[in-house]
Amino acid sequence: MRPIVPGGGLRTYAGSVTATLTPDPTELSEATSSDSALRRFLHGLPGVDQVGAEARAAMLGTRSIKTTSKELALELAIRMVDLTTLEGQDTPGKVRALCSKAMRPDPTDPSCPPTAAVCVYPDMVGVAKEALGGSGVHVASVATAFPSGRAALDIKLADTRDAVEAGADEIDMVIDRGAFLAGRYLQVYEEIVAVREACAREDGHGAHLKVIFETGELQTFDNIRRISWLAMMAGAHFIKTSTGKVQPAATMPGTLVMLEAVRDFREATGRMVGVKPAGGIRSAKEAIKYLVMVNEVAGTDWLDPDWFRFGASTLLNDLLMQRMKMRTGRYSGPDYVTMD
Amino acid sequence: MSRVDVRKTYKLAIGGQFPRSESGRTYEVTDAGGKFLANASRASRKDARDAVVAARKAFGGWAGKTPYNRGQVLYRVAEVLEGRRAQFAEEVMRSEGGTRRQAEAVVDASVDRLVWYAGWADKVAQVVGGTNPVAAPYFDFSVPEPTGVVAVLAPQDSSLLGLVSVVAPVVVTGNTCVVATSQLRPLPAITFSEVLATSDVPGGVVNVLTGPLADTAPTLASHMDVNAIDLTGAGTDEDATAWETAAADNLKRVRRPAAEDWLAEPGLDRMTWLLETKTVWHPIGI
Repeated sequence: MRPIVPGGGLRTYAGSVTATLTPDPTELSEATSSDSALRRFLHGLPGVDQVGAEARAAMLGTRSIKTTSKELALELAIRMVDLTTLEGQDTPGKVRALCSKAMRPDPTDPSCPPTAAVCVYPDMVGVAKEALGGSGVHVASVATAFPSGRAALDIKLADTRDAVEAGADEIDMVIDRGAFLAGRYLQVYEEIVAVREACAREDGHGAHLKVIFETGELQTFDNIRRISWLAMMAGAHFIKTSTGKVQPAATMPGTLVMLEAVRDFREATGRMVGVKPAGGIRSAKEAIKYLVMVNEVAGTDWLDPDWFRFGASTLLNDLLMQRMKMRTGRYSGPDYVTMD
Repeated sequence: MSRVDVRKTYKLAIGGQFPRSESGRTYEVTDAGGKFLANASRASRKDARDAVVAARKAFGGWAGKTPYNRGQVLYRVAEVLEGRRAQFAEEVMRSEGGTRRQAEAVVDASVDRLVWYAGWADKVAQVVGGTNPVAAPYFDFSVPEPTGVVAVLAPQDSSLLGLVSVVAPVVVTGNTCVVATSQLRPLPAITFSEVLATSDVPGGVVNVLTGPLADTAPTLASHMDVNAIDLTGAGTDEDATAWETAAADNLKRVRRPAAEDWLAEPGLDRMTWLLETKTVWHPIGI
């Protein structure tokens, strides 16, 4: 087997934090042939310049988005929200309330678009599915022993199948961080592949797979880049920052590294992968900063609910209040949105 | 060698912090004779928005304190103000003109006003609340509760006594407030916010904005998360009417400007208009 030398496709992009790698498809398929090949490939990815990534993310956060652009950004951000409730205290009633909110976020304004999806635990998928009906709002379900991912593979797969059978349109799986940090990359890879197979349905409309990295536990940006490539090579439809149960959750620089990865992966393979930052994004202002970053790092193709999502619960209220401010000219308050 | 002046930077007070205006703008403040005194921050509508958010955040904790505790905190404000008597006398004298003796009298009256309102903290409920006689087997009682976030346009002329007289009655019952200070005489108000910050008043309970009212008052008046607005310092009748109209959208309580004598004993009115009455019917006996 010929060794994979990163650098064959070394390029720099305007606005890229680091030189990026675009291996050819054969390199990618060979990389997953064995644990050592995968390790060689992932460790051969160029390192992330941490200071550069943070500075670039901070700089992108200073863009001024006003008036009509702001209106468009707010609408788009609402359509990108995966309205989430992942609590031990979730009841069918609460999930139904959340579903009505997802379909009509602002009951006083019929022109307000629905959110992309609601995100719940597997046992609530049926309830959510029934409440959402044919509204077009997707049901996303976390699976694979969320949030820690500490269970045997067959239990994780059963968890996934359970959610898929109940009608989930999207599965948010967690990776085995322990295996990843211990360097057992192939195990992580094979687990993602297996879960992806469990997402399939006989009618061909399988559930989309989002892979949660829990970047707050991965320690370094290099690891975020490695796991991004690993998950995309394993067939993830979306890569997602965090569970929301660990601090820090989504950060701008971490998401920046993931956006660079999906951009480079499309360059290398032609396949497009979505990105979902989740947890910690609470204000409309932050959401707009993320959209600016998506636009400038990954490109306009990703400015679509099919390719970029926000995993959030409180964010939606702030988006709605900002939207009301844009429409009425007066500041709104928490009395005018629903409490979740 | 003579010592270089240490000039004070007059900033805003929002949520327990002393930020500059988000807009970065300032305006010149002069003394009664028109001589330059200082540059003060010129608050923008975004500062007003931030101040309302801070006041809302502080509301739960402040309203949840026992009235006795709020009285103690207010009394502490009076103590700290008394300790900085000389500084305030100086600032009042420069802002409002007049003699040092007159300025000192104003500071004394301000301290006394705070003590007076501090005493009311745990008594007002007994005066305006109580048990109600009902012709049914119920124990029926009413308790006053704070209205919420209050926007206060402080008097234009009386820069310290007037300010204290409109702010103390708002916060003593558990409301939080955003104060737009006297436009031409804002300096004592900013120094007073330092007194608040060092006397156990939680951050966000009193937020102070300086600058032209036209920049902040319309935002405060129309803001849906403000529950009441005191228009005492609104300059003209037209302004007061415009802001009262803007306040109607969320049915804010509105207090129109009226002739005031700040040295007279205030009465309960400035406290009671910002109280909501909660009445409870409790079944008794079988």
